[in-house]
Amino acid sequence: MNSIFELFQYQFFNNAVFAAIMASITCGIIGSYIVARRIVFISGGITHASFGGIGIAWYMGLNPILGAALFGVLSAFGIEWLSKKTDVRQDSVIGILWALGMALGIIFIYMTPGYAPNLMSFLFGNILTVSSLDLFLLLCLSILTILVFAMFFKPILYVAFDEEFAKTQRIPVQFISYLMIALVALAIVLNIRVVGIILVISFLTIPQTIANMFTKDFKRMIFGSIGFGLLGSFIGLLVSYKINAPSGATIIFSFVMLFVIAKLVQLSLIAVRRREGVKEAK
Amino acid sequence: MNKLLELKSINAAYDDTLVLKGVDLVVKENDFVGIIGPNGGGKTTLLKVILGILKPISGEIHVNGSTIGYLPQINQVDKKFPISVRDVVLSGLMGVKKLFGRYSSENRKRANELMDQMGILHLKNKNIGELSGGQLQRVFLCRAIISDPQLLILDEPDTYVDSNFEGELYDILDQLNDHIAIVIVSHDVGTICSHVKTIACVNQTLCYHDSNIISQEQLKAYNCPIDLITHGEVPHRVLKHH
Repeated sequence: MNSIFELFQYQFFNNAVFAAIMASITCGIIGSYIVARRIVFISGGITHASFGGIGIAWYMGLNPILGAALFGVLSAFGIEWLSKKTDVRQDSVIGILWALGMALGIIFIYMTPGYAPNLMSFLFGNILTVSSLDLFLLLCLSILTILVFAMFFKPILYVAFDEEFAKTQRIPVQFISYLMIALVALAIVLNIRVVGIILVISFLTIPQTIANMFTKDFKRMIFGSIGFGLLGSFIGLLVSYKINAPSGATIIFSFVMLFVIAKLVQLSLIAVRRREGVKEAK
Repeated sequence: MNKLLELKSINAAYDDTLVLKGVDLVVKENDFVGIIGPNGGGKTTLLKVILGILKPISGEIHVNGSTIGYLPQINQVDKKFPISVRDVVLSGLMGVKKLFGRYSSENRKRANELMDQMGILHLKNKNIGELSGGQLQRVFLCRAIISDPQLLILDEPDTYVDSNFEGELYDILDQLNDHIAIVIVSHDVGTICSHVKTIACVNQTLCYHDSNIISQEQLKAYNCPIDLITHGEVPHRVLKHH
């Protein structure tokens, strides 16, 4: 137990803990929206499209995360616009953007002369090497997300639930849709540093699915997701440090373990309730 | 009588398919209009134009007064969405509250009263996924009227409900019609014709019948594809294909 507290003497570990907290908050809120609205596939498309931004930024000598943020938000707007304004099938468009982003990313990174960056860190993330700029951006995003949800919680919920009805009530549905999809893109891109492109979608869906097992209320689902996000990412962080494996993978693995445990708890709760119900009926 | 809604020579289309052609319609206070017509005839498109969801290619729409109450087809919403019955009912006020509005205790009281009237107060904290079709329909009706609209629009409220609730629904609508004008779309020509005051038949064009009785001659003249009409006291008529 002592060795855990000793870890806090190291700056890198404190940074990692801070990143885990920020990631849990942003992913907890945005992920609940993604799960409730059933836009997991859209989120996957944005994630992979943003890799194109990483490649281009790298080639031009800019910060890759800023490149990914720009690319991610633009492709998110593109998906939103295409699916509303034209009759192109949304999932096909997402499939195209998904592949295009990855292809552009690879091409530009290989075209960049000199040292090739560690691709693994983008694909799988590393919470133990987050920079102070990453932390600052994550902090800004957390504050922005909390503010937006605190101010517009009801309209966000209602538009997500029944967009057409919201339109008949003259609510600025378009503004809310674009605001939300931009937040989704930013949450994805900034958390790529923590868990990587391949795994970020699970940070946005597994804690939410666990929370959804125990509550059907959107607000409680958000708080539950943040809680399970914190628990899973701390366990993953410690395991990552102990066995010296990429943190993204250990965090996601601990999420899945939590999911399995939660499922068992849920099933046994149902069994107990059913038995009590039978007793009462007798 | 005050005009609540006026459509003037509306043309509406999806891509290059013209769905509505030169449609005129006026809804006044205390009206109870039934919109009937074949599948693909443009009933839902007409509603979308009235509600401002679909922009017509040409023509004018005038909506008088407050927001329009709207009851969508219940299969349009995601029943697994994490939202409670009470929140759905209160969401009917978003047109009044706009983006920053908070709900007052009067709003909550009004929501409770409505849910009580519809017999769903005991369900208010339930998730909508736990409700039956008829219960969900009542929730949506509460949402549609909580903002006290002058005009209520219902899109096929009689699908997915049993005949028992259908009777109750029309009783509720009859009561509401004292102070709200109602426009209702339905497949079930027989049932709506005995409740509505006037009928609009939509099949690309719209023909308006200023009563709830349509004769066979009128049907022929307007080319309305209706096959069965029943009325309370008039003997039931079965019409041939025309």
